[in-house]
Amino acid sequence: MDFTTQLLIAAISAGTPLLLATLGGILNERAGIIQLGAEGLMLMGAVITCIVYIRSGSLIVALLATVAVTAVLGLLHSFLCVTLRANQTMSGLAMTLFGSGLSAYLGKPISGIPLPGTSPKLHMSWLEPIPVIGKIFSNMDYLTWFSLLLVLVLHLLIHRTSWGLHLRAVGDSPATADVMGIRVQLIRYSYVIAGAALIGLAGADMVLAYAPTWNEGLTAGRGWIAVGLVIFARWNPLRALFCAYFFGALDSLGFRIQLLGSVVPSYFLKMIPYIVTILVLMYLGYRNRNKPSGTPEALGVPYIREQRF
Amino acid sequence: MIQRGRVFSFSFVLIFLLAVVLAGCGGNNNAASNANATEAPAANAGTATEAPAATTEPAAKKPTVAFVYIGPPGDGGYTYQHDQGRLYMEKELGIKADFVENVPESADAERMITELAQSHDIVFTTSFGYMDYTLNVAKKFPNVKFLHASGYKTSENMGTYFGKNYEASYLTGIAAGKMTKNNQLGYVGAFPISEVIYNLNAYTLGAQSVNPDVKVSVVWTNTWYDPTTERQAAISLLDKGADVLLAYQDSPATLQAAAERGAFAGGNDSDMSKYAPDNYLTNPVWNWGPYYVKAVQSVMDGTWKSEQYSGDMIDGMIELAPFGNKVPDDVKKLVEDAKAKIISGDLDVFTGPISDIAGNVKVQEGQKLTLEEVLAMNWLVKGVEGTIPQ
Repeated sequence: MDFTTQLLIAAISAGTPLLLATLGGILNERAGIIQLGAEGLMLMGAVITCIVYIRSGSLIVALLATVAVTAVLGLLHSFLCVTLRANQTMSGLAMTLFGSGLSAYLGKPISGIPLPGTSPKLHMSWLEPIPVIGKIFSNMDYLTWFSLLLVLVLHLLIHRTSWGLHLRAVGDSPATADVMGIRVQLIRYSYVIAGAALIGLAGADMVLAYAPTWNEGLTAGRGWIAVGLVIFARWNPLRALFCAYFFGALDSLGFRIQLLGSVVPSYFLKMIPYIVTILVLMYLGYRNRNKPSGTPEALGVPYIREQRF
Repeated sequence: MIQRGRVFSFSFVLIFLLAVVLAGCGGNNNAASNANATEAPAANAGTATEAPAATTEPAAKKPTVAFVYIGPPGDGGYTYQHDQGRLYMEKELGIKADFVENVPESADAERMITELAQSHDIVFTTSFGYMDYTLNVAKKFPNVKFLHASGYKTSENMGTYFGKNYEASYLTGIAAGKMTKNNQLGYVGAFPISEVIYNLNAYTLGAQSVNPDVKVSVVWTNTWYDPTTERQAAISLLDKGADVLLAYQDSPATLQAAAERGAFAGGNDSDMSKYAPDNYLTNPVWNWGPYYVKAVQSVMDGTWKSEQYSGDMIDGMIELAPFGNKVPDDVKKLVEDAKAKIISGDLDVFTGPISDIAGNVKVQEGQKLTLEEVLAMNWLVKGVEGTIPQ
């Protein structure tokens, strides 16, 4: 296998949890609700997966429980932000603090216990003869395939269906959407809950694919990176795919450069993803300076019917 | 407008309350252990008032002991081993010790150590980064004994303790050198500091002792615990061709990555075989219990004095984890033989001739490195492929 193929495989492996969390964040923010709780939700997703998988022995049950629990947290976030019109930044930060603390507490009894299994893989031997693609796709796990499929589905949903039109309307101008007969509150609730569940799955993927056991603070800040990637991807699922894998590749590139016997200190190599992010953001900002930013117009603004601002 | 203002103030009050409640929950685990710590002062305040009575009969009084942990006891690695040591000490001496987990290596540590020092006779600080904070607090509490793991600063009432875990790294290297099929080993190092460097060097020397052609590639992750990063490091080593990995890290991520590719791997600090029994090699393991018993006992006897204690395979502070299922008997025998030689004193890991990467002779034929020289090691032995960032 050549260097590029290896790097691509590593990028997909490192990028999948980021991708899932970013897609969750996109759903959230497209509906106009800021999601800063990703770190906490990922931790909760990871710990629930571990607890239920260890106790029940069934991966499906574990994933369903993860989706259910993180969806409840999403419900809480949307109740605060949509119904109570609380400050969305505060609510998101509270979600992160809550998630990190609660996951550490819940995880105590199962900390360090190995999971019964890891992420199941989909073997497709018929793909293997194809040069690069075969190597990459013939042995990916189900969650990775799910995330790829999800990119496509969400892209079509947001940009090609009337549901997506409603979603964008709610995120850009809830008052207009309301006048047009779209149920703003319902849509915001549903997408925040769905988004939270996806971020929970990102946490599940981290324990299943990386380290087969629960430990406190396992995400090590990946949730915050996902929060950044939502903006980096400019709220677009296809770009999210690119950004997540790009970030995954950069993450892995540092080690590969170390192994090539480079004289660059490893501290600098560890900064690569962040330096490149800054450079790309500068470039994109310059190139798109005359275009709309892509930010949902009503992001962070609570909607109150008949309220003039 | 009034309506709107009310809604907003209502929601602000609510979110504030929620944040308070959540923050409370968030700190739950710490609160639980802090409860230990704060109960202790209360309990001690009781004894403090009776102090005159207590001093007249010192033999009856058992010391109060506290531990400061860098991680959670359930980390399955470094802190877990310290916690096992604490439990062993409690059982052996019948003392109930307090502990505080997840104490960051920052000014917070000094605050925590100060709090513990007010109510305890012996404080064990179990991570390198607590060194200066422990020393500061030790100056303020001359009657309290402080014991700091892995550091090099001491004072009248502050000693250090650590162990020659490189002896076990050497033995792990022997197993790795025999198990590799293509003579390419990989090492996932946390930080390019002497503790990791001398373990990496010992691992390499061990492997070379049974397989002179072996090469060890090293990558630095600059983190003690981050499964995603550790996995990326492991995969990049596997992609380079390494077929046996050792990770000086706290998570089993390297072991899992190796298992997926059918390679062998080991971890650090504790027995990690349960995560992938068929792909597990072995690795150094800490066994702190006997030392904790000895240290506390010497304080009880009044024989304690500040020292730099270094445990080894003889006193049992350093052990080798049980081998994985697929390690053949002849490899096990080689390792056991070398272990016997280390224990009998016939084998010293850093015995010359040893050259560094550039080929400069660092240890002359027939000479041995002193413990101080080992602990300050900042060069890589020949056969390691990698660099120490300056």
